[in-house]
Amino acid sequence: MNPTERGMGLGLKALTRIAGSELLDRVGARRPFERALYHATRNGFRSAGAASRTFRAATKLARPARQPRVRSTGLFDLTPDEEQQMLQEAVRSFAAERVRPAAAAADEACAAPPELLAQAVELGAAVLGVPEELGGVIPERSAVTAVLVAEALAHGDMGIAAAALAPGAVATALGLWGDADQQSAYLPAFTGDDVPAAALALLEPRALFDPLEPAARAVREGSDWVLSGVKSLVPRAAEAELFLVAARAQDVGPALFLVESSTDDLMVEPEPAMGLRAAATGRLVLDDVRLPSGALLGGGEPAAFAECVQRARLAWCALAVGAAQAVLDYAIPYVNDRVAFGEPISHRQAVAFAVSEIGIELEGMRLATLRAASRADRGEPFAREVAVARRLCATHGMRIGSEGVQLLGGHGYVKEHPVERWYRDLRAAGVMEGALLV
Amino acid sequence: MINLEIPRKFEQMVGQAHQIATEVFRPISRRYDLAEHEYPKELDMLAAMIDGMNDGSATGGAGATGVRNGSGGDASGNRNGSNLATVLGVMELCWGDVGLLLSMPRQGLGNSAIASVANDDQHARFDGKWAAMAITEPEAGSDSAAIRTTAELDGDEYVLNGEKIYVTSGERAELIVVWATLDRSKGRAAIKSFVVERDNPGLKLDRLERKLGIRASDTAAFRLEDCRVPKENLLGSPEIDVTQGFAGVMRTFDNTRPLVAAMAVGVARACLEETRARLEEAGVAIDYDRPAYAQHAAAARLLEMEADYEAARLLTLEASWMADNGKPNSLHASMAKAKAGRAGVDIALGCIELCGSVGYGENELLEKWARDAKILDIFEGTQQIQLLIVARQLLGKTSAELR
Repeated sequence: MNPTERGMGLGLKALTRIAGSELLDRVGARRPFERALYHATRNGFRSAGAASRTFRAATKLARPARQPRVRSTGLFDLTPDEEQQMLQEAVRSFAAERVRPAAAAADEACAAPPELLAQAVELGAAVLGVPEELGGVIPERSAVTAVLVAEALAHGDMGIAAAALAPGAVATALGLWGDADQQSAYLPAFTGDDVPAAALALLEPRALFDPLEPAARAVREGSDWVLSGVKSLVPRAAEAELFLVAARAQDVGPALFLVESSTDDLMVEPEPAMGLRAAATGRLVLDDVRLPSGALLGGGEPAAFAECVQRARLAWCALAVGAAQAVLDYAIPYVNDRVAFGEPISHRQAVAFAVSEIGIELEGMRLATLRAASRADRGEPFAREVAVARRLCATHGMRIGSEGVQLLGGHGYVKEHPVERWYRDLRAAGVMEGALLV
Repeated sequence: MINLEIPRKFEQMVGQAHQIATEVFRPISRRYDLAEHEYPKELDMLAAMIDGMNDGSATGGAGATGVRNGSGGDASGNRNGSNLATVLGVMELCWGDVGLLLSMPRQGLGNSAIASVANDDQHARFDGKWAAMAITEPEAGSDSAAIRTTAELDGDEYVLNGEKIYVTSGERAELIVVWATLDRSKGRAAIKSFVVERDNPGLKLDRLERKLGIRASDTAAFRLEDCRVPKENLLGSPEIDVTQGFAGVMRTFDNTRPLVAAMAVGVARACLEETRARLEEAGVAIDYDRPAYAQHAAAARLLEMEADYEAARLLTLEASWMADNGKPNSLHASMAKAKAGRAGVDIALGCIELCGSVGYGENELLEKWARDAKILDIFEGTQQIQLLIVARQLLGKTSAELR
């Protein structure tokens, strides 16, 4: 137990004693007390980042390694290759047998079960974007593979999927854009047994947020960078040992910085949201955090930043597709079994057509996502394809979440069924930026 | 290996179709919209060219005759054949003009029906002829099982009696594929399609319709009065197999619905390209990297329409790719038709709004495209029929349960 946790623990013990006392009720002070407690807790929970391991290169690379581009066969094809199918199958059964049954409790606890996260790592979730010569498992660029994995995981639960895939986002970014030193220092941790929690922090807490215009700032001081800003909805922020933080870098433009969690002046606080609660989202507060010059990912290449934003959106599209498929798969047996006015409600067109709409829009979302990912893997431009996929997934993902609840009626609104969770999770589709990467 | 781009081997064909659309269709587009029922004679020369294109390639071509299974797989058995080639060609040509595409000799939906269900002898006899399709009747539209046209076997001939409306290219085609029932008491299973020569004296042209759009295409109404056809002109099996039900004749639709979806996709792209150019003149362009809400409302709206266009397009390619690979595709064909049909209309009408009077006036083609697009959400199965088919498939329901 670190000092912060110990302090927190002692504090809670004291608070519990006060809360149990009749004194508060006697003096009519319970509500003001609770309100004060709420605010105190919000700030009280702000703490230093998790203690990070020492990221050091065992061997130094001479030059960065990259997953090579996928070569086109020149044929239209919707069948994943054999390796992708095997991985997809493995993740599907993991999602069905382990993730789905754990989802409600993880949502309640605002944390994903550690053993599930460890199993996701065993399935390769953290190393899909790591070049093979650095211990990765996929010989070529892996956006399509990552989309298939993310979709399959999110069919189990979108929040747990986000938690499980968060470390891989940092590893993928290192694989795609890290220089030789950055890859040597950080990637070995992701290919070993004890993969650190890590997160890509792009989103900021304000309306009309545009990831290409981060308010977070990095200024030069000598050879160092000094970073300030607030990042929002960072998965597993409290336990993450490594962050990849987006900030506007002086003389460079929007760029990504590698920030270890035990860096001074870095604070995290819980930021639970409407959904994705199993991802244990938190805010990252950087207050003049001093970083070495080597913290700037890949030298601050502007094209890399835009691509990072695009690839993150694609990851969220994949999660939305998986969760939307879960809604459809759950709603179908429900509307077939539920009887009203003497017959299954699915015999009414108003209900049946709602199911059709889900099916049609979901397939469009899936195809648009796969097209963008496969273009990325072949090194073709994919900005337009990502924008289109995101538009579809934001609009229809959210609508499917809502229709799922509607089809179950009152049953959809209560926690006995998972659709209320999917309603909350699927609203993330057009909101989230960063956090994950394919 | 997942790849959703236009196959390399079809790029040339797509380029040719685009050239035809640009240089033949667009220049005469308005003329035949205004001169309804006038035959677009420019198309004769073009049809000959397209026959040449189709004959010269093993992979099908730009028209509806191509929808028989083609060849050309890779090592994994993945095939990109005539179904995919055809929808790609149709998309390009309809970017030019849907009405003119529908008027192309030898590219009728009847040709698709023949390609889908005819036996080898029929293929040989009807090859190279322009075939229209006659299903709808004054009292039976979407409910095609309710058709009243009858076919009675008399010696070696069937005798057809009834009334048919909305026959696309009915006046101009050489053959009409007529749906009729062998026995009204036996329901769907008794419905068969018959090839009737256009000059058959029992086939009487009633009138040509005046329409909202696709005016370049003639839409005919016929009466069949003791119309005798050789019994070899029945497409598929003459048996009334109640277990098989509608399967025979309905299979046509699995092939033709992606084609109509492709038409809608083509029109939608024409609208989007025109609108994008007009918006750029007005100083508005989509930035694909910025969130939609951080852009001009017109840019956000255009992006939304482009997204629906993309979904429709990919669903259409998927359905035709499945057909090429022998995968049952009636669910996906209906998904494509439903999405493309309504996206075509929404996009065309939305583009008019963004372009204002330029979109609404007859000086430009946007208003015409919006009129043309509407039929694509109706024929070959309305939006509502597609939703019904999709629902039955997803829910595992029969047409008796989910009506």
